[in-house]
Amino acid sequence: MTTALSGQEVSRQIGERFPDAVLQSDEAAVVLRGESLLEVAQFLKATPGLEFDYLTSISGVDYLDYLEVVYHLTSMKNNHSLVLKVRCWDRDKPSLPSVVSLWRGADLQEREAYDLVGIAFSGHPNLKRILLWEGFEGHPLRRDYL
Amino acid sequence: MMELKTEPVVINMGPQHPSTHGVFRMRVTFDGEVIVDMEPVFGYLHRGIEKLAEERTYTQVIPLTDRLDYVASMTNNHAYVLAVERLAGITVPERAEYLRVIMDEMMRISSHLLAVGFLLNDMGAFFTPLMYMFREREKLLDLFEMVCGQRLTYNYMRIGGLSHDIPPEFLPALNRFVQEMPHFIDEYDQLLAENEILLARTKGVGVLSRELAINASASGPVLRASGVSWDIRKADPYSVYDRFKFQVPIGTAGDIYDRYWVRIQEMRHSVRILEQAIKGLPSGEVMAKVPPLLRPPQGEAYAHIESPRGELGFYVVSDNSIAPYRLHIRAPTFINLTTLRDLVIGWKLADAVAVFGSIDIVLGEVDR
Repeated sequence: MTTALSGQEVSRQIGERFPDAVLQSDEAAVVLRGESLLEVAQFLKATPGLEFDYLTSISGVDYLDYLEVVYHLTSMKNNHSLVLKVRCWDRDKPSLPSVVSLWRGADLQEREAYDLVGIAFSGHPNLKRILLWEGFEGHPLRRDYL
Repeated sequence: MMELKTEPVVINMGPQHPSTHGVFRMRVTFDGEVIVDMEPVFGYLHRGIEKLAEERTYTQVIPLTDRLDYVASMTNNHAYVLAVERLAGITVPERAEYLRVIMDEMMRISSHLLAVGFLLNDMGAFFTPLMYMFREREKLLDLFEMVCGQRLTYNYMRIGGLSHDIPPEFLPALNRFVQEMPHFIDEYDQLLAENEILLARTKGVGVLSRELAINASASGPVLRASGVSWDIRKADPYSVYDRFKFQVPIGTAGDIYDRYWVRIQEMRHSVRILEQAIKGLPSGEVMAKVPPLLRPPQGEAYAHIESPRGELGFYVVSDNSIAPYRLHIRAPTFINLTTLRDLVIGWKLADAVAVFGSIDIVLGEVDR
């Protein structure tokens, strides 16, 4: 059975290394500051006992007040999982660091979140629309897209 | 002597091309016959299923999921209802869980038959092996038709169970299939596994290393062929999979042959699961008490299952209304295509077709 790690427990470990990185945390998830995403992700991937080697899924969600990107991480080695979230308050120019340098599996998924939810991932090697065509206006999976 | 001037040629494979299994485009750059670059182009079958789901009630989304991976639609139903059940805290009756496992494994066999058949088709074994595979697949489709009247888009699972119980003639027919199937799998193996042309075309071609497979979030037979023992049925058992004895076949080389081999072996183990599930099938209800207009509490849930193509996950966010606030589908073959470029560079056009076939994509799921 894959153990879902407690968000609070992991956020305590993150807090020891990066005191300002965690915005909030509960049992289910850890919410990070956008700026700290890359260094914390690196920490989660490399720290013994955590070792999140597998990026399961990236989902973009529009909560109207802010845009959220949800990372489902899995460690195949330890068979545990973690939900990591990052928020963007700027609806016009939402931007987050890309994690493609850590997990190649983010490549197409970040492009999808960019295409459909409209979040730009800085540092992505080939950030362009993927499911819709170049020149399409708007991002359909935003809640205010009608 | 005069220097011969050459330049790379860009060729579009697809969107209408028989080897792309649907509408997918590979923009391939060749130096002579050797591939030097490849860019996959997606989206020709994009229907906005995630957006459509936001306008429908939770139950009305189930038929939409049928249209994702249309070669294995019942597993899509399963992953979706699992996510909603987790969100709403619904317990499914045991008989329904067993029947779901039976459907999933039948689906796996019928999907792998198609995957293997088309892979061989792509490599030039024109339709003969495929017709053998279709012979058995036909029996499975008849069984599905018996259960829910459909052969492709089943819409059989419901939040809290199944739409209705199986008819009395189903189990005897399935039993017959389970008894016959191992013999047919042996037949494919004898016909194909030692075939010199098949070996020459597949051994050592399109190798995906173990490290890259994990790093690029590959899943399903593609991941396991690269030697990673990771199957959601074992790693994070859902439904009643923890009650059955079965093995997860693992490849070693991560080449086309291993991806082919893993699928053939998985069919054997699926038959084993079917045998056990038929024996253990309890009697009783197939549907839990679920309100007709379900309003799950505010929150979110992620549920994943081992679909024939890999880890199929549904991330559902609820705002306590009758429709999902957000539904995100983690489509296994979409993510498996991340490494397609790495796999085909340096090989020839005909190899690219075989590599592509061995990933076994379904465009309904890739483009959603």
